[in-house]
Amino acid sequence: MSAATILQELEAVSKAAVDELKRVTNEEALLAWRTTYLGKNAVVVKAFSSLGALPTDERPLVGQGANRVKAALESAYNERAQALKESALIQSLGAQALDVTLPGRPRNRGRLHPDTLILRELLQIFGDMGFQVFQSREVETDEYNFQLLNFPLGHPARDMQDTYFLDVPNRGDNPLVLRTHTSPGQIRAMREIASLNPSNPPPVRVIVPGMVFRYEQVDVRHETQFDQLEGLAIGEGITFSDLKGTLTDMARRLFGPSARARFRASYFPFTEPSAEFDIQCFQCHGKGCGVCGGGWLEIGGSGMVHPVVLANGGYDPARYTGFAFGFGVQRIAMLRYGINDIRYFWENDLRFLEQF
Amino acid sequence: MKAPLSWLKDFVEIDLSLVELAHRLTMAGLEVESIQLIGLPLPPAGSTTAKVSGLTWEPEKIVAAAVTEVMPHPNADRLVLCRLEDGQQEHIVLTGAPNLFEYKGKGPLPQPLKVAYAKEGAMLYDGHQEGYVLTTLKRTKIRGVESYSMICSEKELGISDEHEGIMFLDDAASVGTPLVELLGDAILEVNLLPSFARCASIFGLAREISAITGKALKTPRFTSPPDIGKATYAELEITDPVLNPRFVLGLVRGVNIHPSPLWVQQRLKLAGMRPINNIVDATNYAMLELGEPLHAFDYDVLCKRAAGKQVKIITRAAGKDEKITTLDGVERTLDEGTVLVCDEAGILSLAGVMGGLETEVTASTRNILLEGAAWNMISTRRTAKAQNLPSEASYRFIRGVHPAMAETGVRRGLELMEHWADGAVDPLMVDAYPLPPKTSVVDITPGDVKRWLGLDLSAPRIAELLSRLEFKVQIDSDLLHITCPEHRLDIGSGITGKADLIEEIARVHGYDNIPETRISDRLPLQLGNSPLKKTDLTRDLLVALGLQEVISYRWTTPEKEGRRLPKGAEADNKPYLRISNPLAYEKAFLRHSVLASLLDTAERNSRQRATLALFEIGPIFLHSEDPSGLPDELSRLGILLAGQRNPSGWQPADNSTMDFYDLKGLLEDLMAGLHITEANFSQGEHPGYHPGKCAIIRVGSQQVGVCGEIHPAVRERYHWGDTFQYPVLAAELDMDLLIELIPEQRHTTDIPNFPAVVEDLAFVLDEATPAADVTALIWQTGGKILSELQLFDVFRGGQLGSGKKSLAYRLTYQAVDRTLTDKETAQVRNRIIKRLEMELGARLRS
Repeated sequence: MSAATILQELEAVSKAAVDELKRVTNEEALLAWRTTYLGKNAVVVKAFSSLGALPTDERPLVGQGANRVKAALESAYNERAQALKESALIQSLGAQALDVTLPGRPRNRGRLHPDTLILRELLQIFGDMGFQVFQSREVETDEYNFQLLNFPLGHPARDMQDTYFLDVPNRGDNPLVLRTHTSPGQIRAMREIASLNPSNPPPVRVIVPGMVFRYEQVDVRHETQFDQLEGLAIGEGITFSDLKGTLTDMARRLFGPSARARFRASYFPFTEPSAEFDIQCFQCHGKGCGVCGGGWLEIGGSGMVHPVVLANGGYDPARYTGFAFGFGVQRIAMLRYGINDIRYFWENDLRFLEQF
Repeated sequence: MKAPLSWLKDFVEIDLSLVELAHRLTMAGLEVESIQLIGLPLPPAGSTTAKVSGLTWEPEKIVAAAVTEVMPHPNADRLVLCRLEDGQQEHIVLTGAPNLFEYKGKGPLPQPLKVAYAKEGAMLYDGHQEGYVLTTLKRTKIRGVESYSMICSEKELGISDEHEGIMFLDDAASVGTPLVELLGDAILEVNLLPSFARCASIFGLAREISAITGKALKTPRFTSPPDIGKATYAELEITDPVLNPRFVLGLVRGVNIHPSPLWVQQRLKLAGMRPINNIVDATNYAMLELGEPLHAFDYDVLCKRAAGKQVKIITRAAGKDEKITTLDGVERTLDEGTVLVCDEAGILSLAGVMGGLETEVTASTRNILLEGAAWNMISTRRTAKAQNLPSEASYRFIRGVHPAMAETGVRRGLELMEHWADGAVDPLMVDAYPLPPKTSVVDITPGDVKRWLGLDLSAPRIAELLSRLEFKVQIDSDLLHITCPEHRLDIGSGITGKADLIEEIARVHGYDNIPETRISDRLPLQLGNSPLKKTDLTRDLLVALGLQEVISYRWTTPEKEGRRLPKGAEADNKPYLRISNPLAYEKAFLRHSVLASLLDTAERNSRQRATLALFEIGPIFLHSEDPSGLPDELSRLGILLAGQRNPSGWQPADNSTMDFYDLKGLLEDLMAGLHITEANFSQGEHPGYHPGKCAIIRVGSQQVGVCGEIHPAVRERYHWGDTFQYPVLAAELDMDLLIELIPEQRHTTDIPNFPAVVEDLAFVLDEATPAADVTALIWQTGGKILSELQLFDVFRGGQLGSGKKSLAYRLTYQAVDRTLTDKETAQVRNRIIKRLEMELGARLRS
């Protein structure tokens, strides 16, 4: 065969191969194509073996032509193989497609009680202001719950806190009670801290969380057992304006930077001046609405520590002043989480608890 | 305390709106709980925190009118027709009011009756319905007579619940005037805190309003003050001045008992008291106005009891088992020490609480002996509580009434009786005043105010604020010398007095006007709270392990808690702390077990859930021998698991049931998370648990708690949901001890740099050999190079034979400083095999 004929044949085969490759749609056909056009018996391969029969001067021409055709076919093959692989992958992935709208596999998730959640937030807020947590007992003596807090025996202020008494005989004027407030923690904290240096007691800045108890019928808004948070700051320069600033800061941390606190004159035997503090309603911003009725939410009680209480705690009221405050933790949780019924807290119905 | 606005205005000018007045009072500590409007327009909704109620009288529809004739109804005996003039025209108005019947058929009345007349379309309360239901007056026919308007009762107008008859107006009322102009009013109900005793009166409240608004106070004056002297009509003996610091008597002769003037009755009703007659009303009116409770005795009854001798009033404490029948007709046995007003014939009244029936004023009473006294607040409180007799008098005495008020009150009472009952007041009052209170005098400086309030006020400003509350102030450069007025007992002396005054300064200045500052004082030592931190770590780990935290009531009953043990085994021999005044028996005992609380919670939730995974950390309460008498409050961790291991979804899943090893795995994870490394579990015994599925948890030699499957006989004692048929797994741990055991510090081991050698060894052992013994021995023998040990298979049966089990372990050998040689690991392996053979009778399974 002449060089020209070989080259012609190569061109023709190459064209046919490329055309045929276009019709290859699977791996098997691709392999067959490869055997046909690039295998041992393929025209292009044979072209190389026929080189020896050609005159010397024609050999390069035919060799180059064969090489060109071979390279072109190999490249076409690779391209096709890649395309086929990709389409196979797309197909197989398509076959694996899920209904992503089906629900996920359920898991057992643990949760903290909402009271713990809100308490942690509060302790964090006050912790940042330097208030350390002081824990105090739930069963108290009348002395700590009342007398040392300037509620003398028979004082009408005792009527403000309906008390559970424990059936323990022969205690006279000092019966055991379920603490009606966390305020006995004030005395215990002061005495403990003052005892570090009785002649020159260190300043106090504590927060006392804990369960308190009131003899009160339970309804949507009233619990007979509830969690309270008490704060106490004592030093040589603590003022009522500091009290206002501290609780306003708390309001901001809880309800956002525009939150405001308001202080109303009130009466508690263990503080003077005493104040109830309200937080401006986050719903209506003080205009008055169904959540608040009047624009403000009642939160808790506060005031400057009464001189008698300071003295009972080991702090000379001529030298030290202090402020104290207390409020219901659930009250904050209810506002925060939109809880409508205070009874949910200790009933432990999982349908409630699992919402946190 | 109810205060009609019109009455307050007798003593102070008020030009604030009701909403503003209520707000200012509330901010000053006098919380206005409610505002009841009498005819006046209602404030906008949400504008006040006070509860607002009441009926607005439309000025053109509800007016004063005159009834000129009362005529019989042609078809009904119980109805009458009134000829009525409303200033515009004449109407015939139909009514069934029994208090008009006496005028029926008498022809034109010589003196027309002034009434409240509601025209067609007026909005009123329905007098015939329970409670207050609004209705609009419509044209109708009653027994053949057309009716379109109405003469109103007090209930229909929202003044009181009086609906027996129609309301009469004062004769001076001008016909046609809108009723709201004549009688429109508002009643402020103020929640009086114990420190505001001085405000338990209209005048007291007016004084506060004057102080916070700066409007002048109009002090009442008395027209003909009797002198204090040695009167002949009665003498006084106070046996204990502490109980009865002062007693004042006055006498009014020749009174005519009849109803009080209409306006007086009106005021009493608005203030929440029922008018009785002019004498009783005078005592009540004076009390409401000035705050001093008065008591009127029928003087002739006293004279009769004295049987010719001079009337002698004696106050004393009751002895044992004394009795009195009080005004309300109840015979009462008195506690020893109850303070009494007596004469020589016996008990007359419960001092400061309620009068006796025998000497009460009746329609035939002619001469009145009037008592005004001061009583000890604590003993009055005790009596009112013991007798369950909250009265207007005791309400005031419990809060403390200054003895000076006794005299003022009696003077006012005498004056009113003179005016309203045509009585002749004796020129002398009898006064025993053995224990006048010390007048508080307190020195204060602007520096004190600054120290307490963080507020700069000048001495003259402080003086001005205090003088608004009638404190007498002397300024000596920067020192204010303050004398407490003679109507308050709440100002102490020394530093307490200072605090008392600073509160008054702050209140009148306005809490709103005190700045907000951040604490600038020295920051105390920051020590943190390690037990709390560790408790929170425990909570977080348990939550991470999939448990739900619960918090329970502290109270229970022995029966309820007894259920955590099988029947018959419930001898919890520790006595319970019991609440002496529980809300219910179910809430009377302080709990002994957190686990019992968890079981109760699980029981309730088992109807809704197929998986329960709960924990609680909280106190239990046990009697202690502490000299304070206070019980031990011990912190416990309870854990409860029951139900499906995995929640079910739409896919086929492992819905196996949790067993002992789920609980144990959780506890092991917890201990690991707490970095308590020495925890071990050994076969345990506890009546509440399955005898074969109970373990004692120890750390070193200390018992931390018990865990296991709840005894089937215990499980049966709870009412589980119908589909909840799972074993209940539980643990109760000593949280106080855990806190001690959780290390403050710990060490992390380095990641090894040298390769590990891993091999599996299986041993055949007697069934009775605890796995823990095998594990312990392997660890012990493995020495330093044994870095991990995992039991990966437990096999029974097959060729092992009965009573045998195979335990397969995966051992990892690794050294921190070198690559181990085959020789080293082989040595250790052989030692392990040998010791297990020797000491536990184990056989290596090939």
